[in-house]
Amino acid sequence: MKTKSTFALAAAALLVISAPLGNAASPSTPAPKSHTASTSTKVATARVAPPQVVARYRFENFTTANGLPDDHVYSVLVDGDRIWAGTDNGLGLYENGKWKTFGTKDGLAHRAVLSLALDKRTGDVWAGTMGGLSRISGGRIDTYTQLNSGLSNDVVYGVSVENENVWVATAAGASRLDLNTGEWSLYNERNTPMAEIWVYAVSATPTKVYYAVWGSGVLEYNQQTKVWDKYDDPDGENEMVLFKDQGLIHEITTSVSYVDKVLWVATYFGDSRYDGRYWHNFLIKDSGLPSNFTNVVKGVDANRAWFGTDKGLVYYDGVNWAVYRPSLTTGKPEMTVRDAQGRITQVPVTTAPSHHYILNIDFQGNDIWVATAKGLSHGILQQEK
Amino acid sequence: MTLRLPSAKASVVAAFVALGVAVVTGSLWSGRRAHADIKERSGETLTYVSPIEMLFSPDGKRLYVLCQGSDQVRVLDAVNYEPIKTISVGHIPRGFSFSPDGMRLFVANTWDDKISVIDTGTLEVVATWPVGAEPSNVVEDREGKHLFVANRISNDVAVLNAQTGEEEKRLAAGRGTSYITPSPDGSRLYVTHVYPNPAPQRAAPESEITVIDASRAVVIERIPLHSVAHSFHVAFSTDGRLGVAAGLHPKNLIPLAHLEHGGAFADTLTLFGADVGEKTIEVPLDELERYAARPFGVAIAPDKSHIYVTSGGSEIVTVIDVPRLMRFLRTHKPPFAQDLSASSNYVVARIAVGQDPRGIVFSGDGHNLLVANRLDDTISVIDTHSNRVASTIPLEGPKRLSVLRHGEQTFYTARYSFQGQIGCANCHIDSTFDGLTWDLEPDGFGRDIVDNKLLEDTKGTEPFKWNGGNPDMPTECGPRTEKYFWRSENYDDLTLTDLVVYIRSLPPRPNRWRLTTGELTPAQERGKAIFSRAADSFGKPIAETNRCSFCHSGPKGTSKKSFDVGTKRLTDNAGLFDTPQLTNIALTAPYLHDAAAATLEEIWTKFNPDDRHGRTNDLKKDELNDLIQYLRTR
Repeated sequence: MKTKSTFALAAAALLVISAPLGNAASPSTPAPKSHTASTSTKVATARVAPPQVVARYRFENFTTANGLPDDHVYSVLVDGDRIWAGTDNGLGLYENGKWKTFGTKDGLAHRAVLSLALDKRTGDVWAGTMGGLSRISGGRIDTYTQLNSGLSNDVVYGVSVENENVWVATAAGASRLDLNTGEWSLYNERNTPMAEIWVYAVSATPTKVYYAVWGSGVLEYNQQTKVWDKYDDPDGENEMVLFKDQGLIHEITTSVSYVDKVLWVATYFGDSRYDGRYWHNFLIKDSGLPSNFTNVVKGVDANRAWFGTDKGLVYYDGVNWAVYRPSLTTGKPEMTVRDAQGRITQVPVTTAPSHHYILNIDFQGNDIWVATAKGLSHGILQQEK
Repeated sequence: MTLRLPSAKASVVAAFVALGVAVVTGSLWSGRRAHADIKERSGETLTYVSPIEMLFSPDGKRLYVLCQGSDQVRVLDAVNYEPIKTISVGHIPRGFSFSPDGMRLFVANTWDDKISVIDTGTLEVVATWPVGAEPSNVVEDREGKHLFVANRISNDVAVLNAQTGEEEKRLAAGRGTSYITPSPDGSRLYVTHVYPNPAPQRAAPESEITVIDASRAVVIERIPLHSVAHSFHVAFSTDGRLGVAAGLHPKNLIPLAHLEHGGAFADTLTLFGADVGEKTIEVPLDELERYAARPFGVAIAPDKSHIYVTSGGSEIVTVIDVPRLMRFLRTHKPPFAQDLSASSNYVVARIAVGQDPRGIVFSGDGHNLLVANRLDDTISVIDTHSNRVASTIPLEGPKRLSVLRHGEQTFYTARYSFQGQIGCANCHIDSTFDGLTWDLEPDGFGRDIVDNKLLEDTKGTEPFKWNGGNPDMPTECGPRTEKYFWRSENYDDLTLTDLVVYIRSLPPRPNRWRLTTGELTPAQERGKAIFSRAADSFGKPIAETNRCSFCHSGPKGTSKKSFDVGTKRLTDNAGLFDTPQLTNIALTAPYLHDAAAATLEEIWTKFNPDDRHGRTNDLKKDELNDLIQYLRTR
């Protein structure tokens, strides 16, 4: 143990992780532009990393013991100083140090809240649940279901708001609600290139809308041309990767995040980054990912992203990787860093996310909020002394 | 205290309405109104002024009158009320307000979905901005950054750039969003709505005051108005500690059979703010034989001594002594919204004014209170010291009373019902509908619970009533209304004729789901094909009688026949229901005869298990959405 710590401290001087969130720090290097593994490696190893602070977090964890509605947290949403947590048993709101729970008796569509989105213009919160879609607005909850509205299905895995449009990912296709007209548009195998209709996640912006379709890759909607496009794994549904960075890593996509004209994709078999021209894929064997099984990805910008896997919370700064989790064996907090040269370093930490099974992520300035299978975690960026 | 007892005596001479022949009526309106000398009812279509709101200019020198009937803003001298200028605005304006600096006047025009911007220096319209669906009120924030527009049809508040008119976003508000009132410091906006928010079938209506942070332009609170179905203007005391909202509290969950006990509506004020604590308190305006039907406009005296409320149906201004009201609140435990003995504790006067009084405003010195009498084109000037009408200002316009105008007056007054409690407009808000269900007596208590229908474009859609029992409008509005609603003497024949002419004249509002080109969107086109299809998704023929287009035939979407569409409940006496017209069907939720379907979708997702309400169970979800998109264009 002593040897390990000594090694970690010594290696810490080499760490080059930049501040992970917001505008506090720009990436240490440009993102990989290449679309082949060899080029990518060359770019990474060629970089000379400037001295940067190590991105360390102190995690404060919430469970039912301190007011969280349920320990199984599917989704988390930062709304200024307020935190919304979509749990298996209600929607929690953390405000002024206290939790308040919204349930079906308050008008919520279902107790299990799978996804959350904030309409930044209006402050309204949209909650995708196992039983429909709810809007929480000024304390009022309006619910849309497949029976009382044009919503395609009540199991709402994902929701994203862009201008007056609410984009929804459901177990039976995608939907869009125009808030100005009340019109629902449904997207499925009949009017898009969607091969499956199990739609798992959505990331909507005024220019592009991306859907992660479980078993059908990524669907792209161009808001200007109103044309759908599709990105598939060039290797089909096989789990082999014939040529790295040839295209999307796998058909079973779970999460998408479109930021700064770059698409980040999570799958159960690795993750991808697409800049509109080139794909770059990430697997355990050639990245710092602790697992290829990824539930969520959230891009910070074109070069930096956070990943939620079944084996920990992961940050990628364009070059280096950091993993935050309770140890899979001892449960003790741990943080590991993989640098551009592939060197693994353990960093001594005293806190970690409440569980290693990460389901959702959101940012609060330089802090991060993490939904896990057993609790909600608030990662507070620590300033290096 | 001035009281008005209903009098329905009217002498009938002749009626040749269609020929436009003037008729002579008796003393129905005599003795009280500016048009008391009118003896003729003309068959002409006359453009009345119909003042609905008023504002004094910030310098107190001008009085601006919003004239809904003539699509104008009339500018008068604030001292002698002489006309200065008439400014044409958009169609059927409903609300207006000044910019904080007084340099601009914004007018919300409901039927053409536009805001008129008037330069108060030149008194010219300098800009016309397109906005959302049926803009009903408009307010600029104190910083001049945003313009907030209440959209009645889209149930939201549009936030516009105050300089360019460009819409930035919309904030979800209550159903039928209509009136916006800033707090005295301008930091918050209080928004009310005229139709109840969606609620479970046969549940008490729920409304809200939507509170907007004016600087951030976001909704920060929704003050619940339990049991209130229709809310109108809000007023604040100058210290901001007392807020007052005028509202209608229907008693629709009990049979409408006890009008003699005040059993139809409570006309109330909801109080909120620091003076009344954290919760709202609803207080009644009514007293036995002294009802205040359809409260609309509210004003609080600058010294917070009195609250003044216009009541369109009762044609009065109710005066409340605020200290006495507060004493009552301290010594009595709510609820007392339906307590007819309560208001005598704090109502100190009921001042008779003109026909359908609406907007109310204090003069700059606070001594006079002006009331816009919408349906006789006058302004009542009330001396607040004596609580008497000091003068009545006639606005320039037609002096003859037309059949249509008389019919409209009849529609909006409560004078025909027992003790003047209710009028047609109680349930047909602004001549539309109310979003409620009612248990009417003729079918038996607890039997045949019925949804209220839209009144627009009803000409040619007879028979009426959900069971098709009223073959024509005179039957609908005459004996039936007399017996089961008014519980009092009914209209004379000529007045009934005028009322029927007015109702039959009500046009449909512009349909907001149709493209301006008149074409249908692709989704609407697909829905139209489903509406009239002859074969289902499996290629099997659909019987003609089970196609949407069979029962909902013709330009108004009704065959005028009754059908059993499988919606009969245990409480229904029969399963045959008159086919409702489809005019502006998107506006009139809930649906089906008993309002069981909260949305158009639910008609088919919940209440058509056997395809008796048209063959629909073969439709995929997106096809059903297409059908609904088409229906919304009707």
